[in-house]
Amino acid sequence: MSLPSSKIPNGPIAEKWTRHKNDLKLVAPNNKRKYDILVVGTGLAGASAAASLAELGYNVKAFCFQDSARRAHSIAAQGGINAAKNYPNDGDSVWRLFYDTVKGGDYRAREANVHRLAEVSANIIDQCVAQGVPFARDYGGLLANRTFGGAQVSRTFYARGQTGQQLLLGAYSALMRQVNKGKVKLYSRREMIDLVQVDGAARGIIVRNLTNGKLERYSGHAVLLCTGGYGNVYYLSTNAMGCNVTAAWRCYKRGAYFANPCYTQIHPTCIPVSGDYQSKLTLMSESLRNDGRVWVPKRDDDRRRPQEIPDNERDYYLERRYPAFGNMVPRDVASRAAKERCDAGFGIGETGRAVYLDFGRAIQEQGKAAIEAKYGNLFHMYRKITDENPYEVPMKIYPAVHYTMGGLWVDYNLQSTIPGLYVLGEANFSDHGANRLGASALMQGLADGYFVAPYTVGDHLASTKLEKVDTDHGAFGEIENEAQAKIDRLLSIQGSRSVDSFHRELGIAMWDYCGMARNADGLREAIEKIQKIRWEFWENVRVTGSGGQLNQELEKAGRVADFLEFGELLAKDALAREESCGGHFREEHQTAENEAKRDDDNFCHVAAWEYKEDAEPVRHQEQLVFENVKLTQRSYK
Amino acid sequence: MKLTLHIWRQADANSSGAFRTYELNDVSEHMSFLEMLDVLNEKLITDGEEPVSFDHDCREGICGACSMMINGQAHGPDRKTTTCQLHMRKFKSGDHIWIEPWRANAFPVIRDLVVDRTAFDRIMQAGGFVSVNTGNAPDANANMIPKQNADLAFDAATCIGCGACVAACKNASAMLFVSAKVSQYALLPQGQPEKKQRVQKMLAQMDQEGFGGCTNTNECEAACPAGISVDNIARLNREFVSAVLTSAD
Ligand SMILES: Cc1cc2nc3c(=O)[nH]c(=O)nc-3n(C[C@H](O)[C@H](O)[C@H](O)COP(=O)(O)OP(=O)(O)OC[C@H]3O[C@@H](n4cnc5c(N)ncnc54)[C@H](O)[C@@H]3O)c2cc1C
Ligand code: FES
Repeated sequence: MSLPSSKIPNGPIAEKWTRHKNDLKLVAPNNKRKYDILVVGTGLAGASAAASLAELGYNVKAFCFQDSARRAHSIAAQGGINAAKNYPNDGDSVWRLFYDTVKGGDYRAREANVHRLAEVSANIIDQCVAQGVPFARDYGGLLANRTFGGAQVSRTFYARGQTGQQLLLGAYSALMRQVNKGKVKLYSRREMIDLVQVDGAARGIIVRNLTNGKLERYSGHAVLLCTGGYGNVYYLSTNAMGCNVTAAWRCYKRGAYFANPCYTQIHPTCIPVSGDYQSKLTLMSESLRNDGRVWVPKRDDDRRRPQEIPDNERDYYLERRYPAFGNMVPRDVASRAAKERCDAGFGIGETGRAVYLDFGRAIQEQGKAAIEAKYGNLFHMYRKITDENPYEVPMKIYPAVHYTMGGLWVDYNLQSTIPGLYVLGEANFSDHGANRLGASALMQGLADGYFVAPYTVGDHLASTKLEKVDTDHGAFGEIENEAQAKIDRLLSIQGSRSVDSFHRELGIAMWDYCGMARNADGLREAIEKIQKIRWEFWENVRVTGSGGQLNQELEKAGRVADFLEFGELLAKDALAREESCGGHFREEHQTAENEAKRDDDNFCHVAAWEYKEDAEPVRHQEQLVFENVKLTQRSYK
Repeated sequence: MKLTLHIWRQADANSSGAFRTYELNDVSEHMSFLEMLDVLNEKLITDGEEPVSFDHDCREGICGACSMMINGQAHGPDRKTTTCQLHMRKFKSGDHIWIEPWRANAFPVIRDLVVDRTAFDRIMQAGGFVSVNTGNAPDANANMIPKQNADLAFDAATCIGCGACVAACKNASAMLFVSAKVSQYALLPQGQPEKKQRVQKMLAQMDQEGFGGCTNTNECEAACPAGISVDNIARLNREFVSAVLTSAD
């Protein structure tokens, strides 16, 4: 199947979304209650979509694997959410937010999607405030802003270092209100393990009830996948432990195309790896770079404690290399710069794979109390984990896997290549190109859920003839049997290695060869390694317990099995993209100053992969057309 | 360091559970408490035993999934710290550590250390929201909110919904949890129109779920990893009295 149209509306960029909304078909108010919508995931994207669709009158079923909808990984977002409100009067506008996001994404996102995102950003803040989200305010009682990377204006709204928590609790409260009204039914501790299609359209899902192990069937007129990103393919990442690619991957294997899997974001400021037992990495929010300065010693053999190194013997390498943006360069640039210093032997700490993030000057200028008010919980968390006091000694940080820009391919309506299957939030590929700017994921998740899907899903329902389908339809039985067979197989291997040991091994291969820097030989090696690990997994994994119980080993095994297939696609995508752009850095393609070198003639496109059973996946291309922004070598100097 | 762990094992909601004892030899002081349990589980799997089930996800102290009594204290000995953020440097070699699930009628055990906390969701459904539909919001700066109120509302809103307050309370009361939400909205203009129904409905649901009443022992505040203050309970009580006194219905 060739790639369907992206359905980008005609007309000037600033009018596309408005015109498109006028063209979308509507479902009459009293007909909405005849439609069932399945929303998988209750993070920012899922909770906001489920609540908004229920408010419109649809019957919604919402699923998540945690014990409560409130615990989706969005809860952990720290720094903030962007919006083109221009409250600080510093020259921000929808246009600038659009421009910064396209540029930040290294010109690999769709202009029209990004512009829509910027347009609705202001509504998001209004919506959240109306729900009672307690954003930071100044003494006059008005909303406060901070600056995030890749921008020269202050447009980031925040709630101390817990913005994701407050936004998610807002969306969760809207969701709870609809549960109370009977318009949403909640299914927690449920994991979607497959998609059911009837007549080529998404009509249901198979989920595993994680409490008792039973497989359950749910039917609906549309399925919204809001299942988050796949960063945990690297094992160690800043994502929550349960984040997975399973729902997206199973849909891929049922016909949804996977776009740009190689676009992964390595976040520059995380607590460095310390031991083999480590289960996850902890992010120190980008907002810290507002006041923290990144440096390493100028001498590579400098073993003095940081406080003893005078200012003129420190290399503030971001300020040195990028005077215009300084410490606020985008994440991909900051991460690579840290790697460059460490590779050159200037890294600090026991492993030499860390750099300093120093608040000394900020504390001197603003006082400890001001810094505490802005970042108190982050400093507290840092101290808990490292046993060091960042008010006195600089933090030690290093880049870590954080976010995934790639995801299931969707058109302008957020519909995948499977009719009726919509993909929202981090799970889709649509808005961030090859690199996401800080504070834009929360914005995108809520834009998709509050302001885009509620319109576009209705268009599908109103324009497609959908026969009545319930869960005794043959399609459900077939898919459920396949799902059961896979579970039985995992349980029957009874080998000698734990699921985690395979996940860790996969993670090391991914980080070494598909991490911050990639090259063709390494990627080929990665593909071979992943195939070997996958082969051994299916011979030698030990999954304890049975299928008919709460069994966390079995849950992990299913997810790792999917990562072991997905990792290979990620590496293939990285190999096929013979250029550097954003977070995808191919060592063969760099400028004389070691910056990413794009190849706009040959790669100004989205790569969308189609699954083929027992054959190589097929790479389709969606050409990206830039009518409003001029493609240039990204410069933050 | 060397540790002796006494862990509550229970196959499912209907089985009776018991403590089992495990020895761990190479625990690093830099590990988090959950990483220590990961190491134990890895060992159990190698020995062909079923690993210990426990809820966890973010491992950053924010999602509220992790939940265990450690030596009789909810989330263990470190103040304002979730189990996932507790580090083994707080223990010493030779220690015996007793690990149990939350104990409360409203939180039935599902397996080992995993309990069912959906009662909290149902309390939220009863009134933990502002009734505003998507798209109906006025400009975010239309209402000025004094910084002091905004900050207090934020402090209350940081509750992570883990249930430590219930586990620590001898009455298994959910008052701190309920009061945090009631306070957040009581302090904000957006919460005013529904304030009377909200406090009454959420408290009624709390009773219906089988949580106990509050007798002001303040154990909840001491156990709360998010630092939610019992001042919120006082505010809830004022809200409740005023709602009852002024309600027409
Ligand atoms: C530590 C950290 C800090 C961050 N800080 C920021 C920030 O300051 N600003 C910003 O803009 N972005 C930030 N991000 C990124 C941002 O938080 C995420 O991209 C965003 O929250 C993703 O939202 P989502 O709704 O798409 O998915 P999630 O919040 O990940 O939700 C996924 C949902 O899907 C469910 N799910 C997943 N798989 C299945 C399955 N198979 N079956 C059933 N349910 C399933 C889960 O239960 C969950 O409910 C941060 C990310 C991290 C890791
Ligand atoms: S695992 Fe999220 S709070 Fe502990």
